[in-house]
Formats: sequence, C-alpha cells, structure tokens
Amino acid sequence: MNITNPISSQKLKWRIFNDKLFSIVMITFAFISAIPLLSILYQLVKKGYKQIRLSFFTEVAPDTMEAIMAKANHEIIPGGIANGIVGTIIIVGMASLIAIPLGLITGIYLSEASKGKMTNMVRFVVDMLQGIPSIVLGVIAYIWIVKPVTSGFSALAGSVALSIMMLPSIVRSTEETLKMIPSTLKEAALSLGVPYYKTVLKVLLPTGMSGISTGIILGISRIAGETAPLMLTALGSSAINLDITQPSSAIPLLVWEFYNDPNLIDLIWGASLVLLLIIFLLNLLAKAISKKWKVQY
Amino acid sequence: MESTVLNKTDDRIIQIESPILNIDNLSVSYGGDKYSIMNVSAGIQKNKITAIMGPSGCGKSTLLRAINRMHELYPETHHKGGITLGGEDIYKINPIELRRKIGMVFQRPNPFPTMSIYDNVIAAYKLNGIKLKRSEKDEIVERSLQEVGLWDETKDALHKRGTFLSGGQQQRLCIARALAYKPEIILLDEPTSALDPIATAKIEDLLVKLKKNYTIILVTHNMGQAARISDHSMFMYIGELVEYGKTKKMFTTPKDERTEAYLTGKFG
Ligand SMILES: Nc1ncnc2c1ncn2[C@@H]1O[C@H](COP(=O)(O)OP(=O)(O)O)[C@@H](O)[C@H]1O
Ligand SMILES: [Mg+2]
Repeated sequence: MNITNPISSQKLKWRIFNDKLFSIVMITFAFISAIPLLSILYQLVKKGYKQIRLSFFTEVAPDTMEAIMAKANHEIIPGGIANGIVGTIIIVGMASLIAIPLGLITGIYLSEASKGKMTNMVRFVVDMLQGIPSIVLGVIAYIWIVKPVTSGFSALAGSVALSIMMLPSIVRSTEETLKMIPSTLKEAALSLGVPYYKTVLKVLLPTGMSGISTGIILGISRIAGETAPLMLTALGSSAINLDITQPSSAIPLLVWEFYNDPNLIDLIWGASLVLLLIIFLLNLLAKAISKKWKVQY
Repeated sequence: MESTVLNKTDDRIIQIESPILNIDNLSVSYGGDKYSIMNVSAGIQKNKITAIMGPSGCGKSTLLRAINRMHELYPETHHKGGITLGGEDIYKINPIELRRKIGMVFQRPNPFPTMSIYDNVIAAYKLNGIKLKRSEKDEIVERSLQEVGLWDETKDALHKRGTFLSGGQQQRLCIARALAYKPEIILLDEPTSALDPIATAKIEDLLVKLKKNYTIILVTHNMGQAARISDHSMFMYIGELVEYGKTKKMFTTPKDERTEAYLTGKFG
C-alpha cells in the first residue's frame, strides 16, 4: 500500500521537534517557579531539624538566659514552642467557630437570593473584606475587643481579627459550591413537600459538603500563619495560656519574637518548619476531602 | 362576545364528570402582565393518564407546575383563576401539604446524590423528619420499588448510591420516591426525554400499570408516547389550551386546525 502523506516527513519532523521544544520550555519554567518553595523547604529543614525533638512540642519557649547558657556549652537551645502551638490551636479554633456559621449562612444567602440590591451589597462587602490588609483587621479587633471587652490584649481579640479574615473565603466557597448544584435537586426536595429550610440544610449543604469544607480548611490554613493582626490583639505570652480573655502566644508570634532576640534566632527555623508543615497538611487534607467527598450529580 | 368564546371552547374541551382535579380558568404569569398560560379550564379524571402536548414554550411545564404550586419557586409569579383538588382550593392548602398529595417527576432523573437507593425512596420521610420504625421503612422501600419494577434489580444493592444506577433505573427510582408518600396524583414533566428507547418503553409500561392506583398527568414532547399510553390528551399552543379530549378521538379527528397541524407534524 502506498499512501501519500499530506504532510511531508520533513514537516512532520519539524512539528515533533516543535512539540518537544515546547514541553521542555514548559517544564523548565514550572521548575523555575518551584525553586523558591524548594529552597525555602531546604533551608528550613537544614537549619531547623536539630531543634525538632519531642521537647520542641511539649515545652514552652526558653528565655534569653537559658539560650545564652546553652550556647556557651555548645548545646542545642532547650525548650520548644508548646505555648505557640496551644495558642494557635485556641485562637484559630475560636476564629473558626465564629467564621464558619456566619460564612455558611452568608454564602447560602448569596447563592439563594442571587439577585437584588441587598444581595449585591452583601457581596460587595465580602469582596471589600477580602481586600482589607490584615494589620487593619488587627486594629479593628483592638478597638472592638481589646479595649471594651477584655480590657487588655487577649486571645479572643486575635480570634475576632482572624475570623473576619477567613470569612470571605468561606462565604465565597459556599456560594460557588451551592450555585454549582443543579436546581433540579432543590426542586426534587421541594416537590416532596420538604420545607425550604430543610431542603437547604439536608439536601443542598450535604451535596456541597466537599466544596464547602475545602473552602473552610483553606481559610484556616490562610489564617494559621498570620502574624500582624495578632501583634495588636493576642500580643504573646511566655506561658501556655488557656484563658481566652488573657494574652496568648501563637506560632507566628513566636517566630517574630525569636527573630527579635539575637540569642533565640536559631529557633526561627524549627518554628517556621512546624508552621509550614501544619499549613501543608491542611492543604493536603483539603485536597483529600474534595476528592473523597466528591458528589456525582 | 363572552358566550361565543364559551361555545367555541365547549366542543373542543371535553367535560369530565366529577374530576379529581379541576382547573378553572387558570392564567399564570412569571411576572408583569405577560401570562405564560391563559384561561385554561380542564377537569382531570381519576385513575387515567392525561397527556399534555404542544410545541416547546407553549406552557406545558407551567401548567403542570401550577398544579403542585412549584411555579411559586419564582418569586414574581402570580395567577388568576384556580385549581381544586377533590373540591378543595389548592391555593388555600399549605403547599407542603399539597405536594405530599401531588407528587412530581422531572425531565432529568434527579436522585439525591448523597443518599443510597434505600434512603432515596424514603427521602420524603427522612427529609421531613418523620420517624419510622425500621420495619415500616423496609416495607415502604420494598413496596415502592416493587411498584416501579426496580425491586429485583436493586434489592441486593439498596445501600449503594442511587446515582450508580442507569438513567432509566434512576428515573424509576425517582418515581418510587414520589410514590412513597402514596400521593393521589403524579405529575411527570417529559420523564423520558433523557432516556433511550428501551428505558422509555419500560417507563411507559410502568405508567400504564400505575394508573390503577394513581391519577397521572404527563407532559410529553412525544406524540407517539401520548398516543400509546394516555387516555385523555390536551393540546396547548402559545399559552392556550386549544383542545382537550379522548386521546383516540383527538388523534383521529382533531377538532382544531392547530391540533391537526401539530399532529401531522407541521410544527413543534
Ligand atoms: N422562570 C420563568 N421566568 C419567566 N418566564 C418563564 C419561566 N419559565 C418559563 N417561562 C416562559 O413561560 C412560557 C412557557 O414555558 P414552559 O411552561 O416551560 O413551556 P413548555 O414546558 O411547554 O416548553 C415560555 O414562554 C417561557 O419562556
Ligand atoms: Mg417544559
């Protein structure tokens, strides 16, 4: 059989070469953009791994004297970041308790009443919130909570600042997820005589669970590393503090403290590595959930 | 003027004696003063299949949805005239109560994707928070799935997701879901338009069986379907009920030229 090819073999070779060239360029650029992340990880692991022992998670941060003594004896700086870890869990947990219900309700509202003046206004406000610098949220929480409510720096004030910060991403992911659900599902429930609010709670929310919880987790991972608003609200604490009306530490606050004390500077790496790993794990969890709970309509 | 209009409709619109559902001079608008259906009057006979035909956009779905008040989902809707179910004004019944008496099946099969086959059948109870004993639930699930001919195919997979079924099976599951509450009337809006011919034939057989216990109103785009399974047929055109009669009669000797044009494939 003799089939004449409309594309000459010369041209075909050129095309294949072009294709290959293109993918090589793509891979190179992808690699270049990954370099910062990889080098940060390398740096943190290299400098931080020595610090990371069990005591790093169970003991509070050392003071300057302890660090100086350890250095003089060529030992690893004692202590850990337990006060920061506990503080971060409490502050972020409380921020979630505030932001999740509020964000869900607002997201449901926006997706259900998708037209109208009020809806547009709410959507505008949420967009504005997204753009507010985190330090400004710290100032706002300072004015709202630190002064009038807890009369002093407090974990609660930190939570309020962070909850405002995570609100937009919860609202938006809830709205977008619910809008993706075919309206026929809502109609199916309503046609069975299910009241509207039960239709939302028992049909729409479970169907959108994957997208909504992914949004929530990404929101948490966004605020877990925030430092600026906490400086104006939670302030920091050298001890583990469970009282939300009192100042509290947090991992990013500890990083900042270590940075400001030349004797503690070695602890930055370990603390940053732990923070990065937490955020990394949260992102993995979000991925896993969105895969596992994915609903097929 | 008035009386000529009445006379005109009289011989084109069959009178049903003691209808289970009576539509009385109904007009429905989605907002403003544009009405999507106008002055529709028709009685629906119990334990029969009534087909609603007409070109797309003529108001078939609007009429069907007015019967269980699903058209009220659009906030600007309003209507004139009325509908009675067993003599009772449906616009005075709580819509939630009404929808338990008048079930609905949609164009695309829409089982709840987060629920198992079992839970889909009893969804009306589950979602409404009505507590049932395990044995009662089992009974409803078996009865409803038997009614739609899905029991043998699914009895060993009741706890799998309903969305794993084929399109035709999903649609029968949706019918079972609508039957679980034992409604008086079942409304179906082009229930086979997304299905292949074999699945369509199964649904048609099923509807014929179901009319023993239920009254069925079926919107269909498919004249053949109406001819095969319906007892009475309505032909609608641009929001108007043009003709309503016994299916056999209407297909052989249509009274209105628009009906004839439609049935002979001149439009639609
Ligand atoms: N939600 C709605 N809002 C405004 N107009 C609508 C809406 N739904 C349907 N209509 C209009 O009402 C008319 C009848 O529609 P419909 O009842 O869906 O027709 P059919 O089911 O016969 O195709 C059409 O002109 C359509 O554009
Ligand atoms: Mg329609």
